[in-house]
Amino acid sequence: MNQLMRFSRLHGDSKVAPFVAILVVLTLLASMGNLLMPEDSAFYVSTYTITLLGKYLCYAMLALAVDVIWGYCGILSLGHGAFFALGGYAMGMYLMRQIGDRGVYGNPELPDFMVFLNWTELPWFWQGMDQFWFAMLMVLLVPGILAFIFGWLAFRSRVTGVYLSIMTQALTYALLLAFFRNEMGFGGNNGLTDFKDILGFDLQADTTRVTLFAITALLLAVILVVSHKILQSRMGKVIVAIRDGESRARFIGYRTERFKVWLFVYSALIAGIAGALYVPQVGIINPGEFSPLNSIEMVIWVAVGGRGTLIGAIVGALLVNFAKTKFTAIMPDGWLFALGALFVFVTLYLPQGLMGLYKKMMDKRRPDNSDSHGSDTEGKNAEPAVKGGNV
Amino acid sequence: MSALTDVREVMRRDQVWSFLKDEQKQVDVSHEVILYVEGLNLSFDGFKALNDLNLYVNDGELRCLIGANGAGKTTLMDVVTGKTTPDSGSVYFGQSINLLQHDEADIAQLGIGRKFQKPTVFEALSVFDNLELSLKQQKSVLPMLFARLTPTEIDRIDEVLNVIGLKEQCFMQAGALSHGQKQWLEIGMLLVAEPRLLLIDEPVAGMTAQETERTAELLTSLAGERTVIVVEHDMEFVRSIARTVTVLHQGSVLAEGTMDQVQNNPDVIEVYLGEAP
Repeated sequence: MNQLMRFSRLHGDSKVAPFVAILVVLTLLASMGNLLMPEDSAFYVSTYTITLLGKYLCYAMLALAVDVIWGYCGILSLGHGAFFALGGYAMGMYLMRQIGDRGVYGNPELPDFMVFLNWTELPWFWQGMDQFWFAMLMVLLVPGILAFIFGWLAFRSRVTGVYLSIMTQALTYALLLAFFRNEMGFGGNNGLTDFKDILGFDLQADTTRVTLFAITALLLAVILVVSHKILQSRMGKVIVAIRDGESRARFIGYRTERFKVWLFVYSALIAGIAGALYVPQVGIINPGEFSPLNSIEMVIWVAVGGRGTLIGAIVGALLVNFAKTKFTAIMPDGWLFALGALFVFVTLYLPQGLMGLYKKMMDKRRPDNSDSHGSDTEGKNAEPAVKGGNV
Repeated sequence: MSALTDVREVMRRDQVWSFLKDEQKQVDVSHEVILYVEGLNLSFDGFKALNDLNLYVNDGELRCLIGANGAGKTTLMDVVTGKTTPDSGSVYFGQSINLLQHDEADIAQLGIGRKFQKPTVFEALSVFDNLELSLKQQKSVLPMLFARLTPTEIDRIDEVLNVIGLKEQCFMQAGALSHGQKQWLEIGMLLVAEPRLLLIDEPVAGMTAQETERTAELLTSLAGERTVIVVEHDMEFVRSIARTVTVLHQGSVLAEGTMDQVQNNPDVIEVYLGEAP
């Protein structure tokens, strides 16, 4: 009995392993389709598609970050775009420094926008960003430290629910305004762009693009597995416990604010990594990424896919962004309305998102007794999740 | 000269430096009293929820707190468990631990368990997981991340599952339990943590007569080994378990004694029945 129990606790009925397998296989196929197939072959995957897919995967990673805190801990952050953009800016600064004297003004030291502003020397926070390892460290440190300070202040003061959401939104909005200023030294509203190469590889080359795409997919898989492990550990159970009854958790001896802070930092780190992978593939980072609208969109991806499922968040991000690409091509002005309608529809008819729908369909397909019992309790499991996120 | 004595004091070889000493976490009950509540005052916007309240609870005792709504029963529990800070007064756990200096998590770790009025369990987790989280263990972030279920822990949880009679519902989602079962699970969550002092708020609310009887049995069996303080409105239930009853009224203690003494106390009769003396 104990053996059986332990097995089911360790492996559960999780779909992470098959999902990772599918992700890896598809990535391999797409990469080979681009690099090995001749351009007129039916299996050829254009570089445009590869870049697009890479962008989607960055969004998927971002959605995963939101899901970790919203789906499992009930913390609705409407400011995750801030961490994403900060990671992106760190990467953007590195790429800017890589341009060297190939800029319009040909200044070997200063990026173009600084020359344009008549700056004579590099601001202190640009120092060291020409080192790849240092820039990567910043990708993690900057969002991580911001999340730690913000989380520590907010959770220690026991700010929860809608107030916390508003504060996160204010945070990202404040950063948006700050980064718009030219004096900040991050290129003002134009942001950082016109990148040439990364680690010496040409950013326009097919191989670089495919490599970036493959790295994104691989990291997404790693982060998915790690997040799954964390949330399956006893700490993960505490996190779900905090979502369902924070004061109860406190009265059995858990310092809930510490769990929340560390989960928030973890989530911000994922968002930062996603941002850093996004920038070289898209080729630009500007303050627009800080806009609260972006952060709200992330929440919708998670809601569509199904919160508290990890895989759902990824699927949701991929599908909604695919729909966005298609929709904005046909009717550019209609997208926001469609997004709003989608959110309303999902909230009303699919409170568990696509993953919930999938589960329901699977349960219907095999109505044998032991399983239907399991699904019954699963269904009830869903309710607190709704409560947790209902802000 | 004094510097020299200071140095000598610091260099003493028969004791460690004070900051190296383990924080005293053992409850000292050498005077048989486990909970001292003295001169407690607390007001919310002018309303005196606790008014110079004094209460002493002996180690191993089963104490019932009764009183009308707003008498301060739940507020008292809030203060003891660290949820609310009083305006003045002192709360000591044993001889040496000042509870007012600790927060909720600390107090829980010291061995004070609390059951809420409304049953609160972690609905999305299974009954087993609920108990697993409540186990006595290191409850900070990193140890929890790497914690593995040990055989001792499984045995301990099994034991408690038997006591609370939820063995068959072990892997059920806690949210799917009936109201009475949730009450039991919450009591089980307290038990598995092996507390010294249990504060139980309305344990039989919403229970059937049979369940109430079993709860009474459980609580009386706990007393002796652990100290139990029960807040309850159900007089029948209180009569069935109580040895000592404390009546609270408007934030202070009105009467204390056995059930019969309390019921014949003129003050109590006046407050409850509104009779002129």
